[in-house]
Amino acid sequence: MDKPIRVLVAKPGLDGHDRGAKVVARALRDAGMEVIYTGLRQTPEQIVAAAIQEDVDVVAMSILSGAHNHLFPKVVNLLREQGVDDVLIIGGGVIPEDDIPGLKAAGIEEIFTPGTRTKDIIEFIKSHLKR
Amino acid sequence: MNLEERLLNGDKRACARLITMIENDEQEAIEIVKKLYKHTGRAYIIGITGPPGSGKSTLTDKLTKELRRRGKKVGIIAIDPTSPFTGGAILGDRIRMNDLALDPGVFMRSMGTRGSLGGLSRATQGAIRVLDLYGADYIFIETVGVGQSEIDIVKTADTVLMVMVPNLGDDIQAIKAGIMEIADVFAVNKSDLDGADKTVVEIEMTLDLNEKKDYRPPVVQVIANKNKDVDILLDKVIEHKNYLESSGELKKRRSRNIKLEILKLVQEELMGIILSKTKQGSYIEQLSESVSSREIDPYTAKDKIIDLMED
Repeated sequence: MDKPIRVLVAKPGLDGHDRGAKVVARALRDAGMEVIYTGLRQTPEQIVAAAIQEDVDVVAMSILSGAHNHLFPKVVNLLREQGVDDVLIIGGGVIPEDDIPGLKAAGIEEIFTPGTRTKDIIEFIKSHLKR
Repeated sequence: MNLEERLLNGDKRACARLITMIENDEQEAIEIVKKLYKHTGRAYIIGITGPPGSGKSTLTDKLTKELRRRGKKVGIIAIDPTSPFTGGAILGDRIRMNDLALDPGVFMRSMGTRGSLGGLSRATQGAIRVLDLYGADYIFIETVGVGQSEIDIVKTADTVLMVMVPNLGDDIQAIKAGIMEIADVFAVNKSDLDGADKTVVEIEMTLDLNEKKDYRPPVVQVIANKNKDVDILLDKVIEHKNYLESSGELKKRRSRNIKLEILKLVQEELMGIILSKTKQGSYIEQLSESVSSREIDPYTAKDKIIDLMED
């Protein structure tokens, strides 16, 4: 078997809505990826520690609480502080259009908003891996 | 510093990367393990197995915290099934162990079975070596949820902890061969549920029927999510460890396991040779066709493949 892509699916912040994250996790699994699912209410520090120990290729985060402008960049920065620069970071959730350019500038490579087809997420991951 | 030095220094990223390389059969990682092999064997390996939903992850989390209180460094390998159809997997054991992530004395890694059927992943043995070199005093191996015959854990662990829950079946389940025979310590989890006492009695009765030996597996009632009596359970595991060490059984058990590991490695290598001799299996496809149309039989097909090996 060839090397499966490893993805950490994480929910930072305090909202309890994980249906979107679970749908994405399932779709990535069906696309042959190994999905490490960490569950609700993760701190950025926990996400980064898990990403390092699991040696993932991708960190995919979902937020529906509105705290994305704070939490997404925090994860990117903590990873960089640890010297991790070969992990693809993507985000999703109810994110206003106006916030997206700022998040991309902060190092979140793509933001997927409600209505995105899972096929597009899979394609994006496969074509943007960093290693 | 290179990967090898970083690992020996207890660097988590180096440890994580090496496990990935082992999982992906990268020669560089195998060379590192070969070179450092003489330093392994220090960590004590505890296998945690039991049916799906019995609370293996929660119990692993609580046992780890208890070992941390006792000042030990812990490695965890948690295995979940890989889909045989897509090769994908959802590895969900971290959900019950999230607050371990930030503990500097704990390294936790999730693995998919990737085609292995015995309840472990193919690279489990290699990952154990890496965690051993990383400096873990204890390594937990949490198997996939098992049915009745996924018993590879017994070929890998020093102590096998079987996690049972009340009301899973009548007492005849307990005397079948397979997973019930491999336990060194039994935990009856969720023991606040009705039927816990009955489950304990059934396990004890099964043990009564076993041939009398120096060591009898203890049965401990716990409630993992309330952290009730997990310390007592850990004491029982340590008692088993002490028994194995003082009786010389640990050495015997480990050399038996090493023999099995060597045979498995040889088997994998031979399968690789067979695949390359049969043009990546296309000749096997061809033979299968002939067998299914009844032109030849499976034994003749086998002989034809073995003949190729002699060239």
